[in-house]
Amino acid sequence: MALTPVTAASAARSRGAAWLKQIQIQARRPGDLLFRGTTYLFVAVVLFAVAGVAWVLVTNSWPTITAFGFSFLTNPAFDPVDNIFGVGPAIFGTLVTSAFAILFAVPLGVGAAIFLVDFCPRSLRAPLGFLVDAIAAIPSVVIGLWGLLVMAPWLQQSGEPWLQAHLGFLPFFQGTPHGVGLLAAGLILTVMILPIITAIAREVMLVVPTAQREALLALGATRWEVIRHAVLPFAQVGIFGGAILALGRALGETIAVTMVIGNQASPAGPQLFNTGYTLSSVIANQFGEATPGLFRSAVLEAGLILLIITLITNILARVLIAQLGSNGRFSGTSGRPRSRTPVDVTGPLDIEADGAAPPTQGTIEGTIA
Amino acid sequence: MSAQPVRTEGVGARTTTGSLFQPTRGTLHARRRAANLVAVLLTGVFAAGAILFLIYFVLYVASQGIQFINLGFFTKEPPVGGSTDGGIVTALEGSAVMLVIAALIGIPLGMATGIYLAEFGRGRLADAVRFLVDLLTGLPTIVFGLFIWVLLVAPTRSFSGLAGGMALSIIMIPTVARATEDILRLVPGSIREASVALGGTESRTILRVVVPAARSGIVTGILLALARVAGETAPLLMTALGTNFFVPLDRLNITQQPLDALPLRVFNFTLSPFPVQQHQAFAGALILLLLIMIASFLVRLATGGFRTSGR
Repeated sequence: MALTPVTAASAARSRGAAWLKQIQIQARRPGDLLFRGTTYLFVAVVLFAVAGVAWVLVTNSWPTITAFGFSFLTNPAFDPVDNIFGVGPAIFGTLVTSAFAILFAVPLGVGAAIFLVDFCPRSLRAPLGFLVDAIAAIPSVVIGLWGLLVMAPWLQQSGEPWLQAHLGFLPFFQGTPHGVGLLAAGLILTVMILPIITAIAREVMLVVPTAQREALLALGATRWEVIRHAVLPFAQVGIFGGAILALGRALGETIAVTMVIGNQASPAGPQLFNTGYTLSSVIANQFGEATPGLFRSAVLEAGLILLIITLITNILARVLIAQLGSNGRFSGTSGRPRSRTPVDVTGPLDIEADGAAPPTQGTIEGTIA
Repeated sequence: MSAQPVRTEGVGARTTTGSLFQPTRGTLHARRRAANLVAVLLTGVFAAGAILFLIYFVLYVASQGIQFINLGFFTKEPPVGGSTDGGIVTALEGSAVMLVIAALIGIPLGMATGIYLAEFGRGRLADAVRFLVDLLTGLPTIVFGLFIWVLLVAPTRSFSGLAGGMALSIIMIPTVARATEDILRLVPGSIREASVALGGTESRTILRVVVPAARSGIVTGILLALARVAGETAPLLMTALGTNFFVPLDRLNITQQPLDALPLRVFNFTLSPFPVQQHQAFAGALILLLLIMIASFLVRLATGGFRTSGR
């Protein structure tokens, strides 16, 4: 097992490994076996649950997979009356809104991260970083609420007409402003993935060795030049990985997008004012009516496609971020990276306070015997 | 240290110095400084934009919602047909019930996975488990909703609190597992050795010494996980469904009755055609935000202030 003796975590790990060898001699006790058994059982339950998700989706969407094959991916009809199903518009909507979000959130997020890591006064770094991270903690439904009741009306009355007046020559900004639609969904997604990208970019840029920055500073570089030539080249793989992780999040985002995308298929085209569907909004809208048979199978196949797409993006992202070396593993759970100098473990003091029974005479004798 | 050389250069509002050197050097110098300034301003605007948006957002939700928050809002059933007289008691009860179910299932499973990864797990299998747990965090939560829907809801033809809680528990597991693993790894090996030296068995060492030493970190992870699932809507839509009717806890059947939840309630209020209820959606959203803020405050308290990722 390759150990990188860089961090406290990996140092503790190597000490832990030595400890493990010793403990294995004692691991034959009934209590230990019970504990290990329970732990393994629980882990097995988790693994079965993960496998179960994939298995349930595949088996339950089998009817439409066999009935429609690959045409399911492109067919624009989602028609329970005639039993013809396809998710073409949903895949289109998913890709367009996510691409839009990535296009805007990556430069904004990386820029904000650069400021928070390098330009911002030292004392403000942590609090400001916390505030940006906090955006990720806003529940999806609350963002959707604001998107539907505040942003969409504004887009319809001011935002989209303005775009049409000034940039109307572009195919993106033609058609009738509805407020809700692909543009609204893309904007909402931009807001939602921005903190994820910022958090990961920050974390990755903090990993850049100080010597590398100092070397360039010593040559007389400005701060921007240090970032441009020393920090970003080093961090770009990780930032790319973070962007893909955020892409995965955008592809799968359900409730906020469902609220603002309009949920009405439009003919495929570059017009961002069109209403649309995403894979997840199809599921959220249709599962209620889904009668057993092809209809239900179609809804579940939409879920299966979503699962496959997000699996691929997530695997890609993990691999890229892991390439950066260190022990840089990112949770991505709340857009808040696992800080590399986490919680203080107030070791032995805590133990005593908690009254974790100092081993009694009996157990010591027991061990010797 | 590293800031020093830059600052001497940055101090130079000394545009006049350019004339002391050859003109080319002067303009190059000015151009580089200008680029630096542009970068500072631009990235600063991005960061400020994100933060100002957050502040605007929270204040807006608060200003729209606060007028509807009174005692009745917490004790009454949701209103019907545009009435102002109603509340979110169903949602509070449902959220509490489902969070308890999610915690009861998700915490043991997540902690066991974390303990396995930190203490026993070696080799390929552990790497695979770790990878899967990482992947779980990135998958769309609606997929887990579909999973439970197929397993529990569709066969019994009844939405239920249990189904909702189970969907939430799956979402909790990876967060709890990763937090547990990361924190357990930080517990020094010497503490384990001390316990073993005193005759502590493996299970005793882990359960009575290592885990308690990492307690605050694990609690933090659990709180974060709970805060995250408390705001989940999509998986509940197809498992718990939501309801307008309050059933007292003692008569609540968690396997057969649809259950409301705070995010579901906000969702349903938002889609209501009545402006009054759309305002109540903001009130519900405000409660949700407050709950999450409290959780995050507790986390900060447990981890000791705002000094996580400063350099």
